[in-house]
Parts: sequence; structure tokens; C-alpha cells
Amino acid sequence: MTSDEALIAYTLRLADNALILSQRMLETVAAEPELEEELANANFALDFIGQARMLYTHAGELEGQGRSEDDLAFMRDEHEFRSLLLLEQPNGHFGDALVRQFLFEAFYLHLLESLTRCTDQGLSAIAVRALKEVQYHFRHSSQWMIRLGDGTELSHERVQGSLSDAWRYTGEMFVADDVDLAMQKNFDGPDLADIQKLWRRDVEKTVAEATLTLPDDEWMVSGGKQGQHSEHLGFLLAEMQYLQRSFPGVTW
Amino acid sequence: MVTAEIDKAKVLEWLSQVLDPEVPALSIVDLGIVRDIEIDSDEEEKVTVTLTPTYSGCPATEAIETSVVNALKRRGVGEVSIKRVLSPPWTTDWITESGREKLRRYGIAPPSPTLEIACPQCESLNTERVSEFGSTACKASWRCRECLEPFEYFKCL
Repeated sequence: MTSDEALIAYTLRLADNALILSQRMLETVAAEPELEEELANANFALDFIGQARMLYTHAGELEGQGRSEDDLAFMRDEHEFRSLLLLEQPNGHFGDALVRQFLFEAFYLHLLESLTRCTDQGLSAIAVRALKEVQYHFRHSSQWMIRLGDGTELSHERVQGSLSDAWRYTGEMFVADDVDLAMQKNFDGPDLADIQKLWRRDVEKTVAEATLTLPDDEWMVSGGKQGQHSEHLGFLLAEMQYLQRSFPGVTW
Repeated sequence: MVTAEIDKAKVLEWLSQVLDPEVPALSIVDLGIVRDIEIDSDEEEKVTVTLTPTYSGCPATEAIETSVVNALKRRGVGEVSIKRVLSPPWTTDWITESGREKLRRYGIAPPSPTLEIACPQCESLNTERVSEFGSTACKASWRCRECLEPFEYFKCL
């Protein structure tokens, strides 16, 4: 893999993460438990879509084969998506969706912070822009973790269950493969071992404040970054890509 | 076609009439998203306007770009192109002083680095946040405890 190929692959992973998570969040638009949360969720999902658009556009330009943001989002198959398994998991109940958000944002925040210093100018500019948004997302999801964990007996029990269920998907965020290593070596990209320490520190702090217990590191599922997904992604894409697949090239 | 020479000041004046579709009290110049204007008069008059997005997912980005192209073409500019830049990123510090005043008059409290938010109706500081999120990504919902009016606050970014 050339360093340019690694950069394209890396940018696509970031784009896929933002798009798949935003699609999951959009499923709960108009179904949040209260108005403030409704507005927050829709605004955050919009931030992620915006980030995905910038990242796909950048990847398409780096690739230089004329693929647009829409081509990359809507005309690729399941095995071509390189998003984390955590993000494609179904929304479940409010606590499940919250924990997914919290665990990912604690990681994404530090990843973006590191990418602001990478040597690819396009990617570092997107990271600077996105970091400002993810900072208030993470503040929001952390507050909810504490509110539910340190809330009622029932909310505590349910969000603890969500945390235990989601934990197995956190491992792959920190397993550096060829793409991650090439990004780190050739473009001053993130060192995933460092990111993991910062992630762990932030997660532990909020989990403790929420009076929750951090699950043990047992068997971790991986494969999303290599295109081996759980059964959930196909259904998500079928819905998301329906229009472009049925009417290729359709525009407003 | 225009025969008079156009210059940056002229283009900036035209752009000062292009409104932000989501906060129509502000022009895109007040909002601080116009980063550069280049005029190439060699052949046909060509103007390049450099814009920066506010939030990544701002749905008004394309609408603003179309408005800029239309506004300049209507004044006879032969060719208009739009450049998007991300760096340095837009923050609420880019909103001009007159932009802040226009927001206040429109009924939106302008961004404030302190949490002392004055009611845009009665100027009381006795206000409270109702929701951190509002009708658009850039606004929160507030309420004045003095005059009891709800209002929107343009959040600091």
C-alpha cells in the first residue's frame, strides 16, 4: 500500500464512521423522550453528516477518479464500508444509544485532536472544524451518562447493561492495522496506543462519577475497519442507499 | 454587462446584501464567512468569492453559495466562482460588531464569552437557559425572568 492509498483509506474510514453514526441517530429523530434531547440529537446528527460530507469530498479528491461525496456514500457495498462495528449497532433503548455515542465520542475527540496536527492539510483542516463540534457532543453525552448512572435504580441498572453490551465493540478502535500505521508514519497521524490511554482516562472518570462499573476487557469483536461487518450494517445501508440505488444520479 | 470597473469594495457592498437564510437579520459579511474576494479583469470580468462554512453540517451552505452567484451575476459580473476554505475555522468571533447589534435588534442574544446573557428585549441579565439546543445548530433557547419573554441565544463556538 502506498502512503497515498493509506491516506485515502484512512479518510474514508473517518467518513464512514461519521455517516453510519449519523444514520443511526437520524432513526431516532422525532422519537426522543423530550424536546431538548430531540433538538440536541438532530443537531449532532447534522454535524456528523457535515463532517462525513467534507471527508468524502476530500477522499474523492485525493483519489482523483471523479467520485463525488454521494458516490462514496451511496454507491458502495457493505464490505467496502470501513466504519467501526460499534456504530452500526441498533439504537436499542435510550441508554444503549447513549452509551454508543459516549464511548465513540471519547475516542473520536482525541483522534480529531491528534489529526489537527497531521501533515495532510485537508484532513487537519477538517479535524479542526469537527473537533469544535465533537467537544460539545461529548460534554452532552457525558452529562447523560452521569444523569442515568447516578439516577434511579432502574436507570442505573439499564445503562450499566448498555455499557456491558457495548464494551466488546470498543477494542477495535485501538487495534492499529496497516492503514493506521502508515497514517502515523507518513502523515504524523494518531498513535492509537496514546489515544487509548486518553480514552480510558476520560471514560473511567465519567463512569466513576456515574457510579457505574467499567466492564472487564474480555473478548473484543473486530472487523469493521477491514469491511467485515455485523448483520446490522446491510439493513442500515439498504434503507439509506435506497433512493440513489433505485434512481442512480438522481438530484433535487 | 457592466461597463464601470468593479472593485473589491463594490463586491463587498453587494455581498453585504446577501442574507443568511437561517438568520436573515445577518448578511454573510456580518456573519464573517466571506474570507476573500479576487477580481480577474484580464478577459471577461471574473470574481472569485472565498467562503467558509459555519458548522460542518450547516444546511444553508449551498443556498448561500447560490445566493452569492446570483447576487453578483444580477449586477452584471460575467463569471462567478466560489471557493470553500476550512482554515482558519469559523467561530462566533468572526461575527462583526454591527452583526451583533443586528442580532440583538432582531431578538437574538449575540454570543457572549461569559454566561451573562442579556435579554434582547429588555436588556435584563436576569435570564435562564431553557435548552442548550434550539431551532438551528448555532442557537440555544433562553427565557427572560424579568419580562418573561422567551428568546434565542446565538451560542459561542
